[in-house]
Amino acid sequence: MVVNCEHVWQEISNYLEGEVDPALRATMEAHFKECKHCTAVLDGTRNVVQLYGDDRLFELPAGFSQRLQRRLADETSSSGFRSARSLWMLAVAATALIAGGLTLGNSSVFRQPDLRSPLAMPPHGVPASLMVAVSDDGKVFHVPGCKYLHKHDAENLRMMSAADALRQGYAPCVRCLRQYLSARVVCSPPSSEPRLIVERWPSLATDPGL
Amino acid sequence: MGSLPRRTSIQVETADPAAVREQHLLRRVQAGEKKLFYELVKPYQGRVYSAAFAVLRNEADAEDAAQEAILKAFTHIKQFRAEARFSTWLIQIAVNEALMRRRRAHSEIMEPIGERQEEDGNYTPRDFADWREIPSEALERKEIRQKLAEAVAMLTQKYREVFILRDVQQLSIEESAEVLGISRASVKTRLLRARLMLRDMLAPGLSGAWFARLPFEKGSKPW
Repeated sequence: MVVNCEHVWQEISNYLEGEVDPALRATMEAHFKECKHCTAVLDGTRNVVQLYGDDRLFELPAGFSQRLQRRLADETSSSGFRSARSLWMLAVAATALIAGGLTLGNSSVFRQPDLRSPLAMPPHGVPASLMVAVSDDGKVFHVPGCKYLHKHDAENLRMMSAADALRQGYAPCVRCLRQYLSARVVCSPPSSEPRLIVERWPSLATDPGL
Repeated sequence: MGSLPRRTSIQVETADPAAVREQHLLRRVQAGEKKLFYELVKPYQGRVYSAAFAVLRNEADAEDAAQEAILKAFTHIKQFRAEARFSTWLIQIAVNEALMRRRRAHSEIMEPIGERQEEDGNYTPRDFADWREIPSEALERKEIRQKLAEAVAMLTQKYREVFILRDVQQLSIEESAEVLGISRASVKTRLLRARLMLRDMLAPGLSGAWFARLPFEKGSKPW
């Protein structure tokens, strides 16, 4: 095998890497013995590789290590802060979720509407489909024909289901629908004023009620 | 004559006490001992910096990129898998960070124009000065180090990157190819050109001109 200078130059890097096959290597070495130019190129290239492989060549800028350590310390503390902040934000989010849930639970969608009368007692077990009579400006609903219907009410009566009446804030009449109230009126001793005693009654309705 | 001794094998390095210590440190850092991270990267600061410098050719930018790369490695340390060397992983992050900054700055227009050659054409050495010996004190002298750094900065980007990764960082051909996302053959072609161009730039000075004794240098007698 014969190689010319140009071929040697193109393979010089591979030769230094030890990546030429043995036959080419032997041919190149024979060429170097006779060619001063190629030997100069080989020696110079090897020197370049050795010089640049020296760790002393690229010095770090003054203070590089100190600045790096400072940034790493900042990053460590801020990542710790971020973790703490994440936990704190998780707690805030949970609180907000609970508060939101409570708010939502108290909204008109999920709870009984406010009763029109602050003195009315929450009903219990009223059959949803029971047809009751209400008046627009009244506060209670009645069984049709209830003798405690006011005359004024009787002139503006309309019929609806007990479920609708309850949704609109009407309370059961303490007379005609007394059994559905969760509070009962008891008579105090004669010497004192009648008063309301709030007391949970057991469910009186046998069919599914409200 | 012959090939250069190189660090090429991961298997050889795993038997090295330094490599064993690095593996131990790495596991502890990945397990959450973040304060040990600096100990882990300390041996590679210079290599990360020079990788960034190879791309950016500016000390301040290279430092920013190198530090940012190390911080990114810190943040993503749990993602490192031992399939690659830790140093290669770090250098890859540094090169990517530097490339991203260079793209952002559009600094391609500042590339040197003197040494552009097409990769397909053969490179012909221009200087045949006999440069057999490397003066032992060469790298002790700051001005020599400066001239070497200037010379490598004169290389076109694609040659400079390969040269720094292979000959300064001592990555293997395969690792250099992986870091740069190019083929093994391209690494070898660019490496040849980079070495020959640097030799042309440095041979005249290192074969004698830079070592001429100055009249008042230590040991000389001006009278």
